[in-house]
Amino acid sequence: MQPEVAEFETIIKKHPQEKKYLMPILQDIQAKFNYLPQNALIKVSEALEVPLMDVVSIATFYNIFSLTPRGKHVITICLGTACHVRGAPLVLEEFKRRLNIRVGETTEDNLFTLETVNCLGACALGPIAVIDGDYYGQMKIRKVDKLIKKFRPEKRSKAE
Amino acid sequence: MNIKKLDELRKDILKSRKNGKSIITICSGTGCHAYGCRKVAQAFKDEIKNQNLQDVAEVRTTGCHGFCERGPIVVIQPEGIFYQRIQLKDIKEVISKTIKEKKILDRLLYVHPQTEEKIVYEKEIPFYKEQKRIIFGNNGFVDPTEIKDYIAVNGYSAIAKVLQTMTPHGVLEEIKKSGLRGRGGAGFPTGYKWEFTSKAKGDKKYIVCNCDEGDPGAYMDRSLLEGNPHSVIEGMLIGAYAIGAKEGIIYVRAEYPLAVENITIALDQAREYNLLGKNILGTDFSFDISISKGAGAFVSGEESALLACIEGKIGIPKQRPPYPAQEGLWGKPTNINNVETWANAPMIINRGADWFSRIGTEKSKGTKIFSLVGKINNTGLVEVPMGITLREIIFDIGGGIPGGKEFKAVQTGGPSGGCIPKEKLDLPIDYESLTEAGSMMGSGGMIVMDENTCMVDVAKYFLNFLRDESCGKCLSCREGTQRMWEMVTDISEGKGKEGDLEFLMALAKATRDASMCGLGQTAANPVLSTIRYFRDEFEAHIKDKKCPAGVCTKLIQYSIMEEKCTGCLACLKVCPQGAISGELKKVHVIDPVKCIKCGACYEACNFDAIKIE
Amino acid sequence: MRLATLMRLKSSEEKMITLYINGLEAKAEEGQTILDAARFYGLEIPTLCYHEGLSRFGGCRLCLVEIGQEPKSKLVSSCTYPVEEGLVVRTDTRRVIETRKMMIELMLSLAPNSKIIQDLASKFGVKQVRFKIRNEECILCGLCVRMCAEQMDGRAIGFQKRGHRRKISTPFDIRSEECRLCGGCIYICPACQLRCQGPQAETAVCNACLTMDPTCLDHYDELQCWMYDVGRCGTCVREKSEKSEKKEQTRASK
Repeated sequence: MQPEVAEFETIIKKHPQEKKYLMPILQDIQAKFNYLPQNALIKVSEALEVPLMDVVSIATFYNIFSLTPRGKHVITICLGTACHVRGAPLVLEEFKRRLNIRVGETTEDNLFTLETVNCLGACALGPIAVIDGDYYGQMKIRKVDKLIKKFRPEKRSKAE
Repeated sequence: MNIKKLDELRKDILKSRKNGKSIITICSGTGCHAYGCRKVAQAFKDEIKNQNLQDVAEVRTTGCHGFCERGPIVVIQPEGIFYQRIQLKDIKEVISKTIKEKKILDRLLYVHPQTEEKIVYEKEIPFYKEQKRIIFGNNGFVDPTEIKDYIAVNGYSAIAKVLQTMTPHGVLEEIKKSGLRGRGGAGFPTGYKWEFTSKAKGDKKYIVCNCDEGDPGAYMDRSLLEGNPHSVIEGMLIGAYAIGAKEGIIYVRAEYPLAVENITIALDQAREYNLLGKNILGTDFSFDISISKGAGAFVSGEESALLACIEGKIGIPKQRPPYPAQEGLWGKPTNINNVETWANAPMIINRGADWFSRIGTEKSKGTKIFSLVGKINNTGLVEVPMGITLREIIFDIGGGIPGGKEFKAVQTGGPSGGCIPKEKLDLPIDYESLTEAGSMMGSGGMIVMDENTCMVDVAKYFLNFLRDESCGKCLSCREGTQRMWEMVTDISEGKGKEGDLEFLMALAKATRDASMCGLGQTAANPVLSTIRYFRDEFEAHIKDKKCPAGVCTKLIQYSIMEEKCTGCLACLKVCPQGAISGELKKVHVIDPVKCIKCGACYEACNFDAIKIE
Repeated sequence: MRLATLMRLKSSEEKMITLYINGLEAKAEEGQTILDAARFYGLEIPTLCYHEGLSRFGGCRLCLVEIGQEPKSKLVSSCTYPVEEGLVVRTDTRRVIETRKMMIELMLSLAPNSKIIQDLASKFGVKQVRFKIRNEECILCGLCVRMCAEQMDGRAIGFQKRGHRRKISTPFDIRSEECRLCGGCIYICPACQLRCQGPQAETAVCNACLTMDPTCLDHYDELQCWMYDVGRCGTCVREKSEKSEKKEQTRASK
């Protein structure tokens, strides 16, 4: 069940139909749909006259692109060196345990996707979790459950 | 707008600002955004209105001030009164007491951790006093979305001077004379780099600003581009004139949306003021800048990979020669420099190469901005002259290690760099000395580590980063980083054996020698430098199957120290596995079989009763 | 003889570059690579991901040579590095040999069943694989990708992802409409081409060719094994097993 092709065409047409605009077009599609649907990539390949294989190579190379739909809330944990040294891996483990998913996966109810990033540049606040663009700094292991519950109030977390 | 009019405009702006108003500058870098600075700024604006003090004070949201540990930060100019960790409830009083009655609010002041002295003025705080903030300093005075602020601090006077009084050749000579070296990490002499491109044959030339800043823990470039984008634009103008380029591109990584926003606004404003576009400032020099965004790949910050990205190809490094100076973007001569390098140019032109070359050491001139992060009291961005020692940065400026812990190592140069131990704390910072010590300057990330950091874990961390970020073309890099990671992981899990270290070092050397680009060539550094200085820690993991720092989960045990436990139930409540048993006021016990070593109890205990070994 | 041909053919060319390979003064055309120049002079540099009919890739890191002078010398892949005036190249320094052996060891851990890689191991003296065997077969040399794109104009397969997750596949891992089932990819793949025929290996390194009994020489005038250069390494002739020693004794006593 993928979005309509017409929606991609509007985005694609906002840029000149040249190969060098491949990245900005993919970035726009990713920003709008939170992932890159297959038929979007096919449409881009046709519009820019770039082989589909090349489009897929580029789409799978970069971190911000996802070829599978993401959850309603994307939780990004910073794994920069400063955050690592301040205990980010233990915070990540707690998120994995509570959500019962691995990094890159989405919970069964499609509510959360867990991802990591290699540095947000807000090192004074480490360890940090970003949810829907909001920064939750100075994360502690015991804050994780409460934070998840903020977005999923009625359900209990799996670890309990 | 021409040069004369720009000069007049500057005089007008300065005159109009001599109105005795208090300027409440609020740090608005990404870090402070996370602290809620937008709300703080709005609250100040509202309160000024409430108290009817629009003629007495105004709010200016500025670029990053650098003292990230203490955000949200408010500095009241022109006095320079420094208030830290401002909360919304403080604002009313700041306006009524400090602005109106000129009274200082003690509780918002910075307190010296040793002398317990309360310091009022920004420039007297040790964190700032020991720095030499010639580039970064302006961040605190400038609203990045207001070009007039930049003009008021002498902005765009350098390009005016260049256009009026210097030839392109003259500019090249001045930059060469200054001794400026690339601030992106490699430290190539900038003047000569510009000259290669200027001399290269081609009908069109390009200049590029590299704001990919992939090193985890480094965010200087972001703060410069976000906080004072015009300084970068002016630097590129000077470079374009010297090199003969008509087009410039600023490549910003995907993770920096605020930087993209601010540079976009700045570019539009510069065009409005005839500082970009055709016939800049009424001369026949034309130049404009566009923005290209990254998509999340560390390797794409490498010169040749970055150019490929801009061209719409996949961001993988290319074999050189030919170098970008000869054949870069679209096959034309291209000069790429780091954000900080470009930002140094206006300063050099205005104050002269002689002045600049008096700062720093013999081979490394000028200042460098570092991000001082990790186990450090004063986390933030610091700008220091080359030649300052690590000890001065970490202890005098950084305020030392929190919790009274022992310093262990400082990691510089990101994943391409290495760890520098206690014995080398008096090492003066410059390109050569850091390389000799087994690390490198890199883009400026400086991660401080203490006795609770495991160096085997650090090596594992960097190798994990590198095996993820490698583009994967060269067998040596792709498989080398993967296999090194496997080996160090085994060591961290107690599966290491005799001979592993020698093999690891041999593999590291092969990875370094055989790989085509900087990523693979420096992938050996995290391994070789940690083994060089902390071999005993590796041996403890291999021979004794112990992790002295208490980090590697498979080698540690959590237990409760009877003598310190107060029976408060805190740890019991947070344990996700129910592994702690105990009653109120009775000593608790951890069941080692159920314990998954998640660290929640250690975090929760207020009495230091949890032992990890 | 080759040199004379070179002089005749190239004398009409305008721009010849002089470089030094293993102390030999060599002349090459601008735009050629070190590998082109070396092979022209009959010098041997092993390759794997290089193929004459395909574009240069430089991924397998076998064709490494050392350029420049100590202490500023470095290793580069000769198949992609262009010739430069005055370049000093050495093809078999200690650094090159040791690094090359590590590359082969890494490849063996991925594709121990590839005869091409096993032969390389035998030829360059790689006798152990100290890595955990992954048996992925694919060493990501990219020959199949280039074959499909450049010779067959298909572009049905390509590289995806990066780093240790890099793989070669069709878009979305489903049957590609561009694939015409030509089999070019299988044809050119070093792991698919020849499967190792040696005796059952206890470790990932077969090395059987190193210790093979040259029974074929009893019947034929030429070694029948498929090593890179037939009979060149000669180790199977040098290392005699007890069996062949006994045979010789019996023959001699007859």
